[in-house]
Amino acid sequence: MFWDAIFLQLGYNATLVTIGACFLGIAAGVTGTFLFLRKRALVSDAISHATLPGVALAFIIMVSFGLDGRNLIGLLAGSAVSAWFGLLCVSWLTRFTRLAEDAAIGAVLSVFFGFGIVLLTVIQSMSAGRQAGLEGFLLGSTAGMLWNDAIIIVVGGALTLAIVLAYRRPMEMVSFDPEFAAASGLNVARIDLIIMWLAMAVTVVGLKIVGLILIVAMLIIPPVTARFWTDRTDRVALISGGVGGAAGYLGAALSASAPSLPTGPIIVLVSFAFFAVSLFFAPNRGVLAAFLRHRSFQRRVHMRQGLLALAQGQPIYEALTLKLLRNADLARADGVATETGRARAAKALRDEKRWEIVRADQAFEGAAALYDGLREIETVLTSDQIQEIDQRIGGPKGVLS
Amino acid sequence: MSGEEFVPLSLTPLLIGMFAAVACALPGNFLVLRRQALIGDAISHVVLPGIVVAFLITGMVSTWPMMLGAAGAAVLAVVLIEAIRKLGRIEPGAAMGVTFTSMFAAGVLLLEQSNTSNVHLDVEHALYGNLESLIWLDAIGWQSLFDPIALAALPHELVRMSVTLVVVSVFIWVFWRPLKLSTFDEGFARTLGIPTDLVGLALVIIAAIAAVAAFDAVGSIIVIAMFICPPAAARLMTNRLETQIMWSVIFALLSAILGFFIAGYGPLWIGAENAVSAAGMIATVSGLILAATAIWGPCRKRGGAPVS
Repeated sequence: MFWDAIFLQLGYNATLVTIGACFLGIAAGVTGTFLFLRKRALVSDAISHATLPGVALAFIIMVSFGLDGRNLIGLLAGSAVSAWFGLLCVSWLTRFTRLAEDAAIGAVLSVFFGFGIVLLTVIQSMSAGRQAGLEGFLLGSTAGMLWNDAIIIVVGGALTLAIVLAYRRPMEMVSFDPEFAAASGLNVARIDLIIMWLAMAVTVVGLKIVGLILIVAMLIIPPVTARFWTDRTDRVALISGGVGGAAGYLGAALSASAPSLPTGPIIVLVSFAFFAVSLFFAPNRGVLAAFLRHRSFQRRVHMRQGLLALAQGQPIYEALTLKLLRNADLARADGVATETGRARAAKALRDEKRWEIVRADQAFEGAAALYDGLREIETVLTSDQIQEIDQRIGGPKGVLS
Repeated sequence: MSGEEFVPLSLTPLLIGMFAAVACALPGNFLVLRRQALIGDAISHVVLPGIVVAFLITGMVSTWPMMLGAAGAAVLAVVLIEAIRKLGRIEPGAAMGVTFTSMFAAGVLLLEQSNTSNVHLDVEHALYGNLESLIWLDAIGWQSLFDPIALAALPHELVRMSVTLVVVSVFIWVFWRPLKLSTFDEGFARTLGIPTDLVGLALVIIAAIAAVAAFDAVGSIIVIAMFICPPAAARLMTNRLETQIMWSVIFALLSAILGFFIAGYGPLWIGAENAVSAAGMIATVSGLILAATAIWGPCRKRGGAPVS
């Protein structure tokens, strides 16, 4: 069943929903990258909650004009208008009052959502509203989706994706360095507006599949995931789109493969799985990489200190140091240096003396800046320079006179 | 409206709404000032998986396991947000977005997977609550307020909400100085020896307690609205924290009372038959109050000088 779903063998509707979710995921991932890099990820929360009154009002208006209240285009248009209004409220509150953006976002999302719920109860008391099924927009419902609705979602997802790709470059510039973008002649305010519009478009298209409470996840989780893997803006956008698309595709396919697997939550949980894997296993920024880096650093410090202790004939009490030295066959279990151990220890002590000279001499200022107590001196100075330093230290002298 | 009708049908939901509004607005003042307003949003989302897990473990819809589950989920969410922020070096807003959406999705999935169709447990209920249904059936009029038998049958939610309100108020009263100092000048507070991290954590936990208690009675939408709207509106009225808290309580009470009556009786006045959602209307009224203060509030501009 699952493989049927993956290879799009579960009928037209499931196939369309899967493709639509994939397009939507890519568009959401790329758009979300710019929101995330502009540090405005949670604005999408306000946008998505603000769609509810629009959906309800659109239903009421369409019914009162004698049309079918469940017309998806009408409902989505209504949701877009009220999401836009909510966005205006957020930016108005942050610009013209002293409220911070988070308070403005929270106020808009709760008030719009509350008003939406008032309207939903109004609809429930209308005779045409009993079967409206508008609650489906809260968590998404793809179960009873009509062919036309699926087409709208596929086309909407594709259009959003096309606009995202068209404006990719300027959005990248603005989210990486707004000042530079402004200096190169871009209208930063307008690009920001386009980013917001795209976030809104993603939200509106995603309403039917993911639902308004969880659509935020499609805009936030993929960029955060992608950020672990790279430090380049364009690659973050690319990976984020990939993660979003994969999560949308896999999630929609999984949910089509069995009953009582709601599409929205599954898509969100698939993206969260991607996120969790990246958090732990990403190279460089991941938790595992950080742990390994820390451990190898710790070992280098212990090794170096152990060698210096051997060279100066001091006893070694630290268990880890002793273990490292023994494993490298530089010392015996009782802490006495082996033949190689003595040679390495002598080298370590000599390097220490060389560094001392380097750090005391103005001429080696550049090299001395690289001193951190662990670096091999050969990686910093040429052999000629080391020879010069060695001459200053002088060769070994006889013990007896 | 006579006492026979008002006391059993409207008094208890109204009081519960008022208590819930104030209990959320009080910690909300500090959250708004500390730019943590959306913590309330995150907490109210993760309450759902908490109660679903509690239900799956105990197998019944009873209050205490669910409250514990919700509180546990709230604490887990706060810990996860902190962990993701620190481990992944991600900005707090995005860390919050990742955490609460994933936990909410897990809650919805668990709910769909488990066989809860015969129990009153669904997402809509979690969102809007059932304020209107918290009636006091044993009351026959105002005299019931002095009747111990009738008082014993008060809805549990009322008792719980008033206890929560007392806990929240006592917390803010006792820790007033550290809260105020660490909110306005964290560095200074630390030099005085105040453990600012602990104060911040305690504030979030108190907010979570208020949110969980209120959520059970009134749904998460009021919780978010009351955490943010009354304190934000109060912030536009004054520059003093004491006055701001006073205003926020007034605004919270005003939203609860006006919202409840408009939802219950407003549709009747304009000729409709059914009442609308009280929770939604309370949130709407608080939004209107915020809009009014944003337009006319004496301290709405940045910089703090009152607008002449």
